[in-house]
Amino acid sequence: MSGATERHTIVALVQDQPGVLNRVSSLFRRRGFNIASLAVGQSEQPNLSRMTFVVEGDIATMEQVTKQLNKLIEVIKVSELVEEEIVAREVALIKVRATPTTRSEIIQLVNIFRANIVDVGPQSLIIEITSGEDKIDAMYNLLRPFGIREVMRTGRIAMARSASETRAERPRGDTPTPTKNGAEHEQTQVPYG
Amino acid sequence: MKLTGAQIVCESLLRENVDVVFGIPGGAILPLYGAMPEYPQLRHILVRHEQAAAMAADGYARVTGKAGVCMATSGPGATNLVTGIASAQMDSIPIVAITGQVPRAAIGKDAFQETDMTGITLPVTKHNYLVMSAAEIPQAIKDAFYIANTGRPGPVLIDIPKDVLLNDEAEFSYPDDVDLPGYKPTMDGHPSQIQKAAQLIAEAKRPIILAGHGIIISRAYQEVLELAERAQIPVVTTLLGISSFPSEHFLNVGMPGMHGMAYASMAINESDLLISLGMRFDDRVTGRLSDFAPNAKVVHIDVDPSEISKNVKATVPIVGDLKRVLQALLPHVEPAVHAEWVQQVEDMRVEHPSHRIRETDKLLPQYILRTLSDVTDGNALVVTGVGQHQMWAAQHCRFKNPNSLITSGGLGAMGFEVPAAMGAKVGAPDKVVWSIAGDGGFQMTLCDLATCAENNIAVKFAIMNNGYLGMVRQWQDFFYNKVYTATSYSANPDFVKLAEAYGIPGIRVTDKSQVESSIRQAMMEPGPVVVDFLVEPEENVFPMIPAGESLSEMLEEPDQVPAFQASNEGIAT
Ligand SMILES: Cc1ncc(C[n+]2csc(CCOP(=O)(O)OP(=O)(O)O)c2C)c(N)n1
Ligand SMILES: [Mg+2]
Repeated sequence: MSGATERHTIVALVQDQPGVLNRVSSLFRRRGFNIASLAVGQSEQPNLSRMTFVVEGDIATMEQVTKQLNKLIEVIKVSELVEEEIVAREVALIKVRATPTTRSEIIQLVNIFRANIVDVGPQSLIIEITSGEDKIDAMYNLLRPFGIREVMRTGRIAMARSASETRAERPRGDTPTPTKNGAEHEQTQVPYG
Repeated sequence: MKLTGAQIVCESLLRENVDVVFGIPGGAILPLYGAMPEYPQLRHILVRHEQAAAMAADGYARVTGKAGVCMATSGPGATNLVTGIASAQMDSIPIVAITGQVPRAAIGKDAFQETDMTGITLPVTKHNYLVMSAAEIPQAIKDAFYIANTGRPGPVLIDIPKDVLLNDEAEFSYPDDVDLPGYKPTMDGHPSQIQKAAQLIAEAKRPIILAGHGIIISRAYQEVLELAERAQIPVVTTLLGISSFPSEHFLNVGMPGMHGMAYASMAINESDLLISLGMRFDDRVTGRLSDFAPNAKVVHIDVDPSEISKNVKATVPIVGDLKRVLQALLPHVEPAVHAEWVQQVEDMRVEHPSHRIRETDKLLPQYILRTLSDVTDGNALVVTGVGQHQMWAAQHCRFKNPNSLITSGGLGAMGFEVPAAMGAKVGAPDKVVWSIAGDGGFQMTLCDLATCAENNIAVKFAIMNNGYLGMVRQWQDFFYNKVYTATSYSANPDFVKLAEAYGIPGIRVTDKSQVESSIRQAMMEPGPVVVDFLVEPEENVFPMIPAGESLSEMLEEPDQVPAFQASNEGIAT
């Protein structure tokens, strides 16, 4: 494998069936693909979910990831998204220690980052931030000196911007007409030529 | 009228033109066996081990082109299928495995004989189902056969809880269509890619066709023959591609790779264009990837897009069914002569005669296989186990008819030789089927001699009895200082007596002079026969390119081995 290792965003539309998450995660494990994050949720279509993967690897690996995902029967469509042409968000919940003396400083930070305080306790606050990963990382680093109690991140969800195209789509093809158990391959001996 | 789940399974199998299933019953699948007498058109062949059911389904599928069907009960019955299923997955063989599961209410409770079969087989099936109601069975079976047979074929498992078979009922109607929105194999190649391929073929000075199993799967023999002849392109066949192109054709260069013909590997090395047809650049073919075909562009045609550029980067990839792609390609291929190149390959063949058998009075397996091929005039269906005998069969058997070599290529599962031959004979009862067995592999599945005897499945078994796990012994010989740990079978049974114990004639051959007559004698018997050839115990397979090495490290003859060992001292292979 050649080329630099980078993070790539892949979105898959999948049938909402028991075991589909297992199939997908088993595929990544078996083929040694590196998932940085995985987020799943309902799509706009009934019985279909959308998964967003952030995968580490070079171009050749990404090609394999999309092709192998496409081979799963319950995967309807796979797209690799071009980083510059997507909207990507992640939600983080951060529980941080807050004393009467530090509270106002934390609130200021929350405002700067356009985050929200969703729970207030005597010793701590829970902050909710919806943003790109970099901004969440930045906020996390600034909060660290106050004492982080707990962090929960959803992983990235992403969508192509309306005007942009996706880079990798399921290989084009026609639907073959269903056949009865290989009936087109007659048992009769076919000569070489 | 409502039918039970068990009846629905039988009805559905009949709709899929299934005429034979291989299996063993047990508690969880018993309701299905209970319904079977109502469906006498469904022939059930009772095997002696579920691994044989899966492998017989594999052999049956290969010769008929229809999915083979096997059945087992939950737990141990189902897990015994797994090796056969994994082999079918690696070799792209359509089989449908139906397993009983514990009743719905017991699932997840570690009930007696409960194993998570959809979990276990997830990475070794093309797809699998746990069917939770009788009403869902017809669509699941419809989809399973469609998935198994189309695109790149493969095994599909359907797990059905006992109470769904026994108590659950539904109106039966068999669907006309599959319900698979996420499954659309690409059948036709992209026209502009096909143009580009034709262009590369026109420009090539030293083209090679790498003929793989895909040719046999899509029955594209005629198209490949036409391509090779029209543009005068030498044809190298992978292990599973053997018999996709006539053995005796002057353009057939044979098998390349680890135990391939030296000149086939050399031709690839010299080539400027590989036309790879339905093959997947397995490591046994390529050796060290960085040294593989250093001067060649690659046209890669395969129905599975994920095989393209997986191991070897394709210059022109084409996804599609091989037969259809080649039919579209052929009109664009101009007639050409590559007289110089063909001569160059011929010269390599003369200088490196890997197919030569050394002169000796000893009973060499190579000689037996060559003789067997001669006596059957290249018309036999040859099924092999895994090991030295498999490689010798690949090297020395000639095939007059396409699709005549059946072997566990991808998984390399010993024990394949007995059940796969059985399934092949059931699928092609008019063919002469020879099972080329190792004494090791034969002992893994010989219990199914009983199945052959019981059903008069007239397979001719030829055991290349070297008293060793020969291929492993060869690796110990070359790479582990000849320390033969755990590879000698010093207490092999008397295979002739053993055959007789099953009611099958047994013939022992200890001398070269008996080879031909014993083969003829075996073929005169109406039923199954076991021929025990006591062959030269420490014969090695040549040439050999050690694993992970390249052509330059090839050991062509026995006398090269000591030098190789000396220069590789201390290197773990
Ligand atoms: C089920 C299984 N177990 C182990 C192996 C590893 N293995 C590869 S070849 C071989 C020896 C096969 O011995 P035999 O069947 O006697 O054939 P021979 O090589 O002697 O011709 C073994 C053990 C295998 N391929 N399959
Ligand atoms: Mg042996």
